[in-house]
Amino acid sequence: CPENEMIRVIRSARTQGEERGVIQRECAAIRAQFRQADSGGRSHNLAKLLYVHMLGYPAHFGQMECVRMIASPRYSEKRIGYLGAMMLLDEKQDASLLITNSIKNDLSHSSQYIQSLALCTLACMGSAEMCRDLAPEIERLLKASNSYIKKKAALCAVHIVRKIPELGELFTPSAHSLLSDKNHGVLHGAVVLITELCERNPGNLDEFRKAVPELVQIMKGLVTSGYSPEHNVAGISDPFLQVRVLRLLRILGRNNDEASDAMNDLLAQVATNTDSSKTAGSAVLYETVLTIMDIKSESGLRVLAVNILGRFLLNNDRNIRYISMTSLQKIVQTDHTAVQRHRGTIVDCLKDQDASVKRRALELSLALVSAANIRSMMKELLRFLSTCPPELRSHATSGIFNAAERYAPSQRWHIDTILHVLITAGGDVRDETVPNLIQLISVASELHCYTVHKLYRALISDISQQSLVQVACWCIGEYGDLLLKGDCDEIEPMQVTEDDVLDVLETILQSHMSSPTSRGFALTAIMKLSTRITNNIDRIRSVVSIYGSCIDVELQQRAVEYNALFKKYDHMRYLIMSSHTIILGIPMSKSTGFKLHSVVEGWSPQDILSVIMYKHTYTQSNFVVICVVPTILHSRYG
Amino acid sequence: MQFMLLFSRQGKLRLQKWYVPLSDKEKKKITRELVQTVLARKPKMCSFLEWRDLKIVYKRYASLYFCCAIEDQDNELITLEIIHRYVELLDKYFGSVCELDIIFNFEKAYFILDEFLLGGEAQETSKKNVLKAIEQADLLQENLDFQIRLFPGVLGPNVSAESSGLFQS
Repeated sequence: CPENEMIRVIRSARTQGEERGVIQRECAAIRAQFRQADSGGRSHNLAKLLYVHMLGYPAHFGQMECVRMIASPRYSEKRIGYLGAMMLLDEKQDASLLITNSIKNDLSHSSQYIQSLALCTLACMGSAEMCRDLAPEIERLLKASNSYIKKKAALCAVHIVRKIPELGELFTPSAHSLLSDKNHGVLHGAVVLITELCERNPGNLDEFRKAVPELVQIMKGLVTSGYSPEHNVAGISDPFLQVRVLRLLRILGRNNDEASDAMNDLLAQVATNTDSSKTAGSAVLYETVLTIMDIKSESGLRVLAVNILGRFLLNNDRNIRYISMTSLQKIVQTDHTAVQRHRGTIVDCLKDQDASVKRRALELSLALVSAANIRSMMKELLRFLSTCPPELRSHATSGIFNAAERYAPSQRWHIDTILHVLITAGGDVRDETVPNLIQLISVASELHCYTVHKLYRALISDISQQSLVQVACWCIGEYGDLLLKGDCDEIEPMQVTEDDVLDVLETILQSHMSSPTSRGFALTAIMKLSTRITNNIDRIRSVVSIYGSCIDVELQQRAVEYNALFKKYDHMRYLIMSSHTIILGIPMSKSTGFKLHSVVEGWSPQDILSVIMYKHTYTQSNFVVICVVPTILHSRYG
Repeated sequence: MQFMLLFSRQGKLRLQKWYVPLSDKEKKKITRELVQTVLARKPKMCSFLEWRDLKIVYKRYASLYFCCAIEDQDNELITLEIIHRYVELLDKYFGSVCELDIIFNFEKAYFILDEFLLGGEAQETSKKNVLKAIEQADLLQENLDFQIRLFPGVLGPNVSAESSGLFQS
């Protein structure tokens, strides 16, 4: 057989280059053959080209040959021609239009095998124009042909409806009547077609809901029938058909009490009687569960469904466990209590070897966290984090932070959790969470000392985790005074000198591991420390001045501003760099009752606004501005 | 089903059936990336994975990976059964099918697939009926050397992985 010879030769090529050479020669020969009118080896020739195409080489010069072959009266040539069309032509090419006529003719051919070729090709690659053109033919075949053709016509109709939903109208009358066919292939095609018609046009739902009793009967027949060798798969009678019927029932029962009622008993029967020891049975059970959960089913039925999923979770087959979790994820909001019962098993799946299973288990676990179980769940989640695969880490950290924020039993627990995650997985914490973390830390005022000490200690051993670096720098900048004081409850005391702190901040500034954002944090922290330390102001001044000519534009701008603060606006430096609250007052009279943190005399509202904007932009501090200003200024500047 | 790919452990494509319109370039890109992704999976892992916005169902039979891309509403477990059914059909047709059969008779593999699935959906759920149809179609072909059955041993003493039956574990 000529193409086998060619395949053998290609396979014996020892290098890519050698293969290319063989292919080039062969393609030249094929091209030459195409040009000849000779009919002898045409099928073999095209087959050769198709093999070459599958290897990845260009074969577009064969498109017209496919068109010619399809028009041939010989079956062998039609067969390979249609195959070629499906492989080489797609609807976007002009050549595909040329075969429309051949398809039309072949659809009414006396041989069902030739009709079959046309149907297959149309369903595989029919363009919208082809579909529009041939839809009436397909509709005719749905009604007036044998089972072999009917089942194919039904699926062809499915393709047509997908391409041009309005044409669904054409098939709707016939589709329903197909359900009374005894042939499984036809039934399957009919069910798929009706499903498609309902999904594309919800207006069809009412009409097809009338078919629910028939569908229920079909299922009953399959479930209670004796052993049928022709359709049996691992003890299940035609699981393919069962699954599609169940899916259609789901669509019909959704949001409709009457239809849901009509299928209730059947679903219970299938759920209880289907043997799930093999995949075929599990597939049917799975579809049943999806249907039960999506229609208006009785609560008893829902519980049954969730229990099936729970049983699936314990199945040895990893695929079944995965499917179970996918389904549980879909219902965790609506049937929260039912799913909670299986929390233990779900948490165990966090330890599964397979990353897909782990991902599912993580999603579900996060969804199951509640105020009641936060402490134990967080233990599991943190344990998971330590062995978590890299691709899940940032999702895990975000999930953990969200859960912690929603259900933290105490501030201390919350801060500890944040610190734990930053220290053990800081490299995977998303940048966007940093401002929020800073906010949470700043609010927990009794824990500032504890927090800054813990973060400092983590920092001195590892500056590679950017989120950790950023949060730590911010804390050191804000609470540097607490750090330098040395002692803190609940942590063994550690002597930290101003030089130590500046050392680590400068190391971060200089390290190639630090991101530009982190370096900005470090520089700002250094600057803030200028108002909290006593001995090293000159060191700070010099660092800031050096970075005034840094290549990184953001950092440079920051440094230049800070430089200016030292040089020209030293009186404002304390105000801007110190901690949270600024109380700016423009005293109008001597008899103000409160103590002013800073008194700003002679400042214009513009100055005040600048300071506020500056502080907000550069220090990311939270601050409260209590402005005592005369009313007239307030109305002008808001 | 959007598409089905068959490929060897070395990533060589043995069959590709596309049920969605895509350019050659897009098909190549998808094939390359997906093959890489699936080959990187370890033996004990799940047969399902999410890839782009598709669900991928794959199973390995001897030296061949059978890989399908299905849509969100499609049932993954029944897709595994579809793959298994296709392998059974090939096995029945070729008699203890191996990768080499599919390489040297790729058109047949396509013809069998096209009698089992149509437009990405199962058209015939009876194994017997699919095989009967193929048999009849084969008879119609005037040129009987279009089909070649290779028996093991014909290719010489070095029997490669490609000649081990798909149903051997």
